Amino acid sequence: MGDTTTDQREPLLRIDDLEISFGSASVVRGVDLSLNEGEILALVGESGSGKSMIGRSILGLLPTPGRVSRGRIRFAGHEITAPSSPEELRLLRGRSIGLIFQEPLSSLNPTMRIGEQMFEAMRLHTDLSEAQIRDRAIEMLRQVRLDRPETLLNRYPHEFSGGMRQRIMIASVMMLKPRLLIADEPTTALDAVVQREVLDIMEDVARASGTAVILISHDLAVVARYADRIAVMEKGDLVETGATRTVLARPAHDYTRRLLAAAQLGTPSPVSGRPGEALLKVDNLSVDFTEKTFLGLFGKRVHHAVRDVSLTVAPGQFVGLVGESGSGKSTIGRAICNLTPKAGGTVSFDGRDLDTCGAGEEQRLRRRIRVVFQDPFSSLNPRMRIGRIVREGLRHEPGLSAAERQKAAEDMLEAVGLSRDMAGRFPHALSGGQRQRVAIARALIAKPDLIIADEPVSALDVTIQAQILALLKRLQAEYGFACLFISHDLHIVEQLCARLYVLHKGRLVEEAPTPAIFAAPRHPYTRRLMSASPRLEQGDDGLQLAETELPEIGGAEADYYDATRPEDPYRLIDTGQGHRVALRSEERRAG
Amino acid sequence: MTFLSRLLGKTNGLIGAVMLGLVLVVAFLGAVWTPYDPLKSDLLNRFAAPGLAHPFGTDMFGRDVLSRLMRGAWVSVSIGLSTLVIPVVLGTVLGAAAGYFRGWFDRLLMMVLDALMAFPGLLIALGLMAVIGANRYGVILALSFAYLPAVTRVVRGSVLSISQNEFVEASAVMGNSRLYTLIVHILPNCLAPLIVLSTMMFGWVLLAESALSFLGLGVPPPEPSWGNILSEAKAHLMRYPLLGLLPGICISIALLGVNLLGDALRDELDPKSASAPSKEAI
Repeated sequence: MGDTTTDQREPLLRIDDLEISFGSASVVRGVDLSLNEGEILALVGESGSGKSMIGRSILGLLPTPGRVSRGRIRFAGHEITAPSSPEELRLLRGRSIGLIFQEPLSSLNPTMRIGEQMFEAMRLHTDLSEAQIRDRAIEMLRQVRLDRPETLLNRYPHEFSGGMRQRIMIASVMMLKPRLLIADEPTTALDAVVQREVLDIMEDVARASGTAVILISHDLAVVARYADRIAVMEKGDLVETGATRTVLARPAHDYTRRLLAAAQLGTPSPVSGRPGEALLKVDNLSVDFTEKTFLGLFGKRVHHAVRDVSLTVAPGQFVGLVGESGSGKSTIGRAICNLTPKAGGTVSFDGRDLDTCGAGEEQRLRRRIRVVFQDPFSSLNPRMRIGRIVREGLRHEPGLSAAERQKAAEDMLEAVGLSRDMAGRFPHALSGGQRQRVAIARALIAKPDLIIADEPVSALDVTIQAQILALLKRLQAEYGFACLFISHDLHIVEQLCARLYVLHKGRLVEEAPTPAIFAAPRHPYTRRLMSASPRLEQGDDGLQLAETELPEIGGAEADYYDATRPEDPYRLIDTGQGHRVALRSEERRAG
Repeated sequence: MTFLSRLLGKTNGLIGAVMLGLVLVVAFLGAVWTPYDPLKSDLLNRFAAPGLAHPFGTDMFGRDVLSRLMRGAWVSVSIGLSTLVIPVVLGTVLGAAAGYFRGWFDRLLMMVLDALMAFPGLLIALGLMAVIGANRYGVILALSFAYLPAVTRVVRGSVLSISQNEFVEASAVMGNSRLYTLIVHILPNCLAPLIVLSTMMFGWVLLAESALSFLGLGVPPPEPSWGNILSEAKAHLMRYPLLGLLPGICISIALLGVNLLGDALRDELDPKSASAPSKEAI
């Protein structure tokens, strides 16, 4: 698998036969890579494939006890693997090679003002005057499209959202005009909308200053949009490199094909359920969070996390609840389960209002609702064996012997695609995907009628996501449960959900049957969400990146309710076939 | 027992366990058998040098030093172990209740404990001893209350952080009661810091008991404890340094052992360490 570039110049970065070892175990073997000036290379692989280690070895910053045990890395005439002095590497870092980390929350120092952090590296690596450095910083902040950059310099990192922090990170790294930028999962911690924004900005800035980029990610579909070339890692081996179009259209290696298949997600197959009376009915649900103001002495500030949201789930139906973080989608799930107190509204299950039906009845009804949480690493008790964790789901089922419970748990493990002998293991011996299967088994063992799945695949690798979605689909056919599927990724909910609710800052902005919403999304926010999460599609000559083309909609954008201006009048208008959209004016109609 | 083998596989764990083991063996032996009666004085044979008859010599009353150190080990260790009971049990109950149910009880309890923690533990113990009286039970009771705030705080802290986990919410969704969730899901996860703290505390108590006895407020003579052996030796320290040195060495060995073992336990019980207990059979 040769390079498709025909450039005869010495490449900017050249990695030959690289092997990285931790003790006696090698995590990266025989990797050859090269990168030209100004080129963007995507380094793709699942977690544990060694992709981050390659990035770190280029900076000479492998975590101990990792070391380069064979091969060489040449960067612009410098031997990274055999530097003449430690100083040589230190001067390269920052000045010539920039690094952006995954976690925007921890890569900025919380005790330093933004400006100070940006000036730091400039002072070290250039001999510009303070005023020049300041101008340059402001110019960079403007380039990453932050408003009023002059005022930002004096603020602290905690005053910014994750996406803004990552933009500030990009600004401060790119300020030095490095020749190579290594971005290690720069947007994995961010929502789809913000992710798109940040990556767009990063590409623009890098192309503008001619910086080469190595974009490390587990999500092929996300990086394919930006990369000139793609390199695919599997368990420490580089299995394929090539131009983005070629790799997408004609993948040479099996593993690449598997990654691509996972990124495609296949054709949606919504679970519509049985018609009839609603299983879950939420009416005008509101949830407030009160926040103590300064010193907690002078009253409280009320934050409306969820405002007047109504939704219904039919028996056996999959319903999607979509929005970016902070939209209140998880809060709705938690309020339904009584994990968060309601400020207003009612939740009825199977025709009974859960608040007024009496404690005993409420308990019986609530046991038919189970939850699958987002983080498989914190949702299983680390001190319990898998068997006991799953069995606990049956704790309130009367009339079962211990042996029957154990057998039911093992059967359930098999049903979710794990082996029976997993029952004796502890959670930490399992991978993220396996843990999520255990969480599903625990939720399903009592044969509930409703599962609330709160971002059940967001913490997983793309390949695993597809498996878990397929599993949910198969189990639904077998057990017939309904599901409220909470996610920030429209394309994931599209897979299974028959109906979608789109949430923005605690307000429902659009709801419709899934095909309708994908065919004709109306609300600007829905459209933004839709264009944000990229997917691969089968094109004329093999796979290619699908640019979501949105049909024209009637009405000006100003007609729609904008949740960033909560004081506007809000009204949901039915536009036919159960498609409802939020408008701001009460008279005019959309379309 | 893979856990034990991993613990002892660490240098500090092994050395700590050997030192502490030695102290415990001597203490339990000292409870039932000593070469001489540790209380019997022999005024004709005072300050005897170490020799075959008396391996560590005799003290100012002609009592056998080895016998006194052995019985003293028992007295000190038994006080140390008894002193763990009240803070660990009561501290766990209080800390768990405060951390899980929060509210006014938590706020009130923390206020009281914070106030208590503003004073050195030994000072509180001294004050309590003045009320209860200077004897073995006084020491146990006083030290128990001196160390109660530390345990309560540690348990409350871990309960607070464990409660953030989704498995706690999962338990609520399954319809489990709050008490069940607390006992089955939260408390077992707080065990690790509690075990580490108890180990360390055992060391602190040994030291505090010695300090109290040294000040004349601990176990009253002639019954030996490491602290009062040291205390009695201080008048003769210039001429017979061995009398003070030996109990000092005993206390040091016990403390060092406890600290080394405590550190190793902390490393091993940390749930984040990849080598936590795994594949034992069901």
